Amino acid sequence: MESRRSFLKIAGISALGAGMHPTLNAFASGGSDEGSKAVVKRNKEALTAVRWGMVIDTRKFHSEKDLEPIIKACDKIHNIPEFENKDHEIKWIWGEEFKHAFPEKDSEFLPDKVHHISFPVLCNHCENPPCVRACPTKATFKREDGIVLMDFHRCIGCRFCMAACPYGSRSFNFRDPRPFIPEDNKNQEFPTRMKGVVEKCNFCAERLAVGKLPACVEASNGAIAFGDLDDPASDVRKLLSANYTIQRKQALGTEPSVFYIV
Amino acid sequence: MSNNKKIYDKGIVFTGLVIFLALITFPFWYNRGIAAPAPEPELTEKAKAAKECVLPADEMKTGHMQLLNDWRNDVVRNADRMYVNEHGKEFNMSLSNECLDCHSSKEDFCDRCHNYASVKPYCWDCHIDNPKEKM
Ligand code: HEC
Ligand code: HEC
Ligand code: HEC
Repeated sequence: MESRRSFLKIAGISALGAGMHPTLNAFASGGSDEGSKAVVKRNKEALTAVRWGMVIDTRKFHSEKDLEPIIKACDKIHNIPEFENKDHEIKWIWGEEFKHAFPEKDSEFLPDKVHHISFPVLCNHCENPPCVRACPTKATFKREDGIVLMDFHRCIGCRFCMAACPYGSRSFNFRDPRPFIPEDNKNQEFPTRMKGVVEKCNFCAERLAVGKLPACVEASNGAIAFGDLDDPASDVRKLLSANYTIQRKQALGTEPSVFYIV
Repeated sequence: MSNNKKIYDKGIVFTGLVIFLALITFPFWYNRGIAAPAPEPELTEKAKAAKECVLPADEMKTGHMQLLNDWRNDVVRNADRMYVNEHGKEFNMSLSNECLDCHSSKEDFCDRCHNYASVKPYCWDCHIDNPKEKM
């Protein structure tokens, strides 16, 4: 008798518990139905493309000096720190010698000029980006418009992407960058980065979203063109059909979206 | 024997009991009256003028972290930067440039509440906490 009594008691309490379940669920999910009536959209003035690309006319660069304002514009807009120690350097766009930018194209009797100028290099926003495949957290991803972007919120600093990138376009924050951002060259509207994340050029995604061209394009006096590679009428496509251009390390099959007129 | 209800060493036993009870309840009476009151986040003039937040205040109180999480995914991963709330009011989906435009004193608003709740969002390692002034 005793055991039947206690069985009924337990069964009763369990039934009560099961009956409570929906009520508890309702409490637990309170607040998560927000946003159902709200709408999320793009700015009206946003620039869009099927595949963003860049054409750099290196004939318009004569010395390192010509690169300076371009690099400075990018550094300012993205709060790039300046480190004394070159091992800690953060680079989004920078100058590179011909033999490093285009190793397989270097040869003995190239015009002198080629060996003297500094070529602007940056993330190539590859059609086939090896960094995206290497990233274990999908922090690096290719956006619909071809831009290879980083979601800093997901970066765990493993640096697989740096090993995967054949262009050295990625930098790691070995130190907190904030104290090293030059006082006279920074932007209050863009987040900095922190120690332990990787970073690289974002093709100025934040500027395209408000209808502005990338900072380097704006600062280049027409030496850098930017547009939709998918649109035959775009500036970049016109330049590409009128000039012989090269891409960096083409043989690797990454299909860079940055082209050089040499 | 049955009517012998004498407690030996009565004095010592009761003093011991009193001390024991005092010690065990110490946390309760020690904290009486000095429990920190829930903070009142301070609204700036700009926020007061706006009257309303992105969502109704009670939804903001419980759900602002989810909203911010949605915002950052929308902005970074989908390139959508404009949020239109149910009243048709538009917001630029940005932590520093929008939330902190109205709630411009992070210390008197976000921090006051977070300190009380003992939450330390790491966002400010990157996002600038006073975009109008210096970094
Ligand atoms: C247009 C100005 C404005 C913007 C932008 C804004 N808020 Fe508010 N916020 C307010 C106002 C006004 C209140 C008070 C509303 C009320 O009491 O009804 C408030 C209330 C809140 C509260 C509740 C505080 C409390 O305890 O009462 C939180 C949390 C909050 N906001 C966070 C945010 C976050 C996070 C963002 C960015 C996603 C944001 N706000 C953007 C104006 C703004
Ligand atoms: C009404 C009090 C209150 C105010 C005001 C408030 N918060 Fe919070 N916030 C909280 C609480 C409580 C949590 C923790 C919730 C949890 O852990 O479930 C939190 C969590 C967060 C988180 C997530 C933290 C994490 O580590 O997951 C973020 C981000 C955040 N708040 C941002 C803000 C910002 C920005 C503001 C100011 C614009 C703000 N909050 C103002 C109470 C508040
Ligand atoms: C490692 C640096 C870093 C950290 C930490 C970080 N963010 Fe971000 N966040 C960024 C960068 C960079 C962007 C891209 C800005 C852009 O494209 O305009 C961004 C964008 C955003 C955006 C959309 C755009 C904007 O201007 O706000 C939101 C919202 C956001 N983050 C919220 C958060 C929240 C909430 C936290 C903390 C829980 C956080 N972030 C932590 C770097 C960071």
